[in-house]
Amino acid sequence: MTTQTFREWALDETPSSRRQASWGRRYRIWLNLRSNPLAMIGLTIILLTVIVSLAAPLITVYDPGAQNLYNKLAFPSSEHLLGTDELGRDVFARILYGGRVTLGLVVAVVILVAPVGLLIGCISGYLGGLADTVLMRVTDVFLAFPRLVLALALVAALTPGIESAFIAISLTAWPPYARLARAETLTIRNSDYIAACRLTGASKFRIILRHVAPLCVPSLIVRATLDMSSIIITAASLGFLGMGAQPPSPEWGAMISTARRFFYEQWWVAAVPGLMIFVSSLAFNLLGDGLRDVLDPKQT
Amino acid sequence: MLVDINNLHISFRSRTGVFEAVRGISMNIGAEKFGIVGESGSGKSVTARAIMKLLPNNAVIEADRLAFDGIDILAADEKTMRGIRGKRAGFILQDPKYSLNPVKTIGVQIAEAWYTHKGGTRREAMQAAITLLDQVKIRDPKAVAALYPHEVSGGMGQRAMIAMMMAPDPELLIADEPTSALDATVQAEILRLMEDLVSSRGMGLILISHDLPLVSHFCDRVAIMYAGKVMEEIRAAELNRARHPYTRGLLECIPSLLQPKEQLAVLNRDPAWMNP
Amino acid sequence: MIDVEHLRIRFGEREAVKGVSFTVPTGDSFGIVGESGSGKSTILRAVAGLNERWDGRIAFNGVNAPLKRPPAFFRKVQMVFQDPYGSLHPRQTIDRILSELPMVHGMPDIEQRVEKALSDVALPPTVRFRFPHQLSGGQRQRVAIARALIAEPEVILLDEPTSALDVSVQAEILNLLVDLRRRRGLTYILVSHNLAVVSHLCPRLGVMLDGEMVEQLSSDDLRAGRIKHPHTAELRALTVELEDPVEV
Repeated sequence: MTTQTFREWALDETPSSRRQASWGRRYRIWLNLRSNPLAMIGLTIILLTVIVSLAAPLITVYDPGAQNLYNKLAFPSSEHLLGTDELGRDVFARILYGGRVTLGLVVAVVILVAPVGLLIGCISGYLGGLADTVLMRVTDVFLAFPRLVLALALVAALTPGIESAFIAISLTAWPPYARLARAETLTIRNSDYIAACRLTGASKFRIILRHVAPLCVPSLIVRATLDMSSIIITAASLGFLGMGAQPPSPEWGAMISTARRFFYEQWWVAAVPGLMIFVSSLAFNLLGDGLRDVLDPKQT
Repeated sequence: MLVDINNLHISFRSRTGVFEAVRGISMNIGAEKFGIVGESGSGKSVTARAIMKLLPNNAVIEADRLAFDGIDILAADEKTMRGIRGKRAGFILQDPKYSLNPVKTIGVQIAEAWYTHKGGTRREAMQAAITLLDQVKIRDPKAVAALYPHEVSGGMGQRAMIAMMMAPDPELLIADEPTSALDATVQAEILRLMEDLVSSRGMGLILISHDLPLVSHFCDRVAIMYAGKVMEEIRAAELNRARHPYTRGLLECIPSLLQPKEQLAVLNRDPAWMNP
Repeated sequence: MIDVEHLRIRFGEREAVKGVSFTVPTGDSFGIVGESGSGKSTILRAVAGLNERWDGRIAFNGVNAPLKRPPAFFRKVQMVFQDPYGSLHPRQTIDRILSELPMVHGMPDIEQRVEKALSDVALPPTVRFRFPHQLSGGQRQRVAIARALIAEPEVILLDEPTSALDVSVQAEILNLLVDLRRRRGLTYILVSHNLAVVSHLCPRLGVMLDGEMVEQLSSDDLRAGRIKHPHTAELRALTVELEDPVEV
C-alpha cells in the first residue's frame, strides 16, 4: 500500500473493499471525462469562475457597491480593468461579486430541484396507476407555464428580489426532472434486476430509493448541467426585467439592464456581463455534453 | 473463389489498449454452404463483418488477402463496398426486429431493395416484392407486404428479411445466427428455406452460429473458431470424427435427450489452443 | 411441495395461461417446455409472486399463496432469470447484490453469508467487489444463483437459466444446479425450450402449447418416444433430428 498510487489502487481489476470498488468506478468516469477536451474546457471555465467569485476580495480592492460619481462610465484602464458603470462603480469588481449571486442562485436551484424531481419521477414511474396519474398531471400543469412568465408573476406577487427569483425559478424548473426520472424509471422497472430486487422481499420504497433512483441520477446530472445555462439566463432575464436581484446587488442580468440606456456610447458596461452570461452558459453546456457521453446509462 | 481470406487479423483499439479479436485466420469459400462455429468472443461475427467492411471505426483490419470475388476488400473504397453490400452479398442478422425499418411496411422495404438495384417503376418493384415474399413461402404475400415489422412474428420477420436480401440476386448470403432468436419449429423451416434458395440460385452461404450440431447438419464445410483462431476446418458430415480436442470438448458438453448422462463433461481449455 | 391448480393468467383481452395444473414433490424437479409465447415463463413468474394477477390456486407445502406475497415468502422461494446480463443491477457490486436480501430480512453475519454464497457457486473471492460488466456470462449466472442461494430457499425457479450461455458454460451451470439440488434438497421448476436440458435436470416435465399444458410425462417416456400429444412429438423430432449423426 505504501508505494501504490491512487491510480493503481482505483484501477485495480479485483478490488478488495466496497470503497475501492466505488472509487474505481468514479475514477474511470473521470478518466473518460478527462479525455474529452471540450468538456474539460467547460469544467475549467466553471471552476475558474467559481474560484474567482469566491476569492473576489483577494483579487480586487474595489467594493462592488462603492460609488464614485466623479469617475462614471470610464473606459477600461489600468485603474479600472473593465471600466466603471453609471454610478462610477468598478465593473470588474461587480462582475466578480455578481458571479457569487448568479452562480449561487443556479447551484441553489439545482440542489433543491433535482432531488425533488428525481423523487417525484421515480415514485410516479414505479408505482404507476393513480399515483402516476395524479403526480404527472400536477407536473403537466407546471410544465404548461412558460418558465419566465410564471417566474415574473410569482416575483410580482411576492417582493422582487433574489429570494423570490429563487422560489420562482425552482417552481418552474422541477417538472422536466420529474418527467425525465419517470421515463427512465419506466424502462428500469420491468427489468429482470428489479424483478430480482422484488424477490428479496424489499418494500416498494426501498426498491425506489436504493435500486431505481441511483440509476436515474446520471441522466439527471447531465440534464441539470445542461439546464444550468437556461437557469442562468432566466435569472439574468429576471434581473434584466427588474424582478430578480435588486440594486445595488451586482447581478449580471441587472447590470445589463441598467447599462442598456447608454449601450451605444459606453458599450463595455453592458458587454462584459453579457459576455459572462454567454461564457458561463456555454461552459455548462460543454460540460453537460461531455458528462452525457461518460454517464450514459445505456453504455456498460 | 467467392471469398478468399488469408491471414486475417482484426483488432479493436480502445483507451485501455488493443484487443485482438481475430488472430490470423484463412478460409476460402465458394458457392457452397460454409459454417463458422464458435463460442461468444471467438471472433466469428467479426470475421463476417470484416468481409462486408461493416466494422466500427476503431477496428483495424489487416490481411495478406481479403477478397470478395477477386475484389480486394481492404483496398476498396466506400463506393465499391456499396456495390457489394446488399447487391452482390446479403447480410441476415439474428433479430429481424432490429434490422427491419419499423416505420415502413415490409412490402415497401423489399420493393425499395429491389428498386435500388434493378430500377424500373414503383409498381413493378412492389410486384417483385410480393413475388419474393411468395418465394420465401409466406402464405398470403399480398397481405404480409402491407404489414409493419412489429405486426409479424419473429419467423415471419426473418423470412421478410431473407426476401429483402434476395431482391438483388446476390451471389453470397452471410447469415449471422439467423435462427437463434426463433423457436425450434420455425428454425427448421427457415433453414430449409435458406437451403432451397441457396441451391436453386447457386449462391454461396456463410452461416455463423454457436450451434455445432445444427451447422453440421446444414452446411457442407465447417470452420471451428476459438479465441480468434481457426481450430480446425472439416467437412460438416465428418464432424463426429473431428480430431481437435476443442471440437471434441464442445460436442461432449452438450446435453443429449437420447443419451442421458449423470454428469455433463466440462470443457477444459488448453492454453496451447491459443497458439496452434 | 408445490401445487398449481387451474392457473389462469390474462393480459388484457389475451389469456396467456388457460387453466394449468401440476404438482412438484419436495426435492424433485419439474420441467416446463414450450415455444415462445406458450405461457411457460408467465406461469413461473406467477409462482414466484412477480405477477400479482392470476386465478386458480398456487400452494407451497399445502398452504395457499396469496396474490401478494409477504416478505418471508421470498426466504423460501427464489428465482434465476434467463439473461445474466439483464438480471444483475448494472451499478451495484456483486457484494451489494448478494447482501441485499440478508439486509432486507435482517439476517446476521452478512459478511460470512456472502463469502459462503460465492464459494457455493465456485466463484473466487476476488469477484466480490467487482461490477457485473466485469464478469463473463457464466460468472454472472453463478452470481444470480448465489443470490438465490443466500436466502437459503427450499424452491428455486429457473427461467431458461442457460439459454443465453455458450454450451461449455451451460454444462458447468447445469452440473452446478444438479450438485446444489443434491446437497441441499432443493426443489426446482425449470422453464426451457431445450428438451435435452430439461430432461437432463428434470425427471418429469409438462409441454405447453398456446397457454395450455397439453401433456405431462416423464423424461424417460419422452426419451423412448412414449408420447400422446402431436406437439410433444414434433418438439422431440426436431431435437432428435439434430442429435442424430449426419448421414454421409
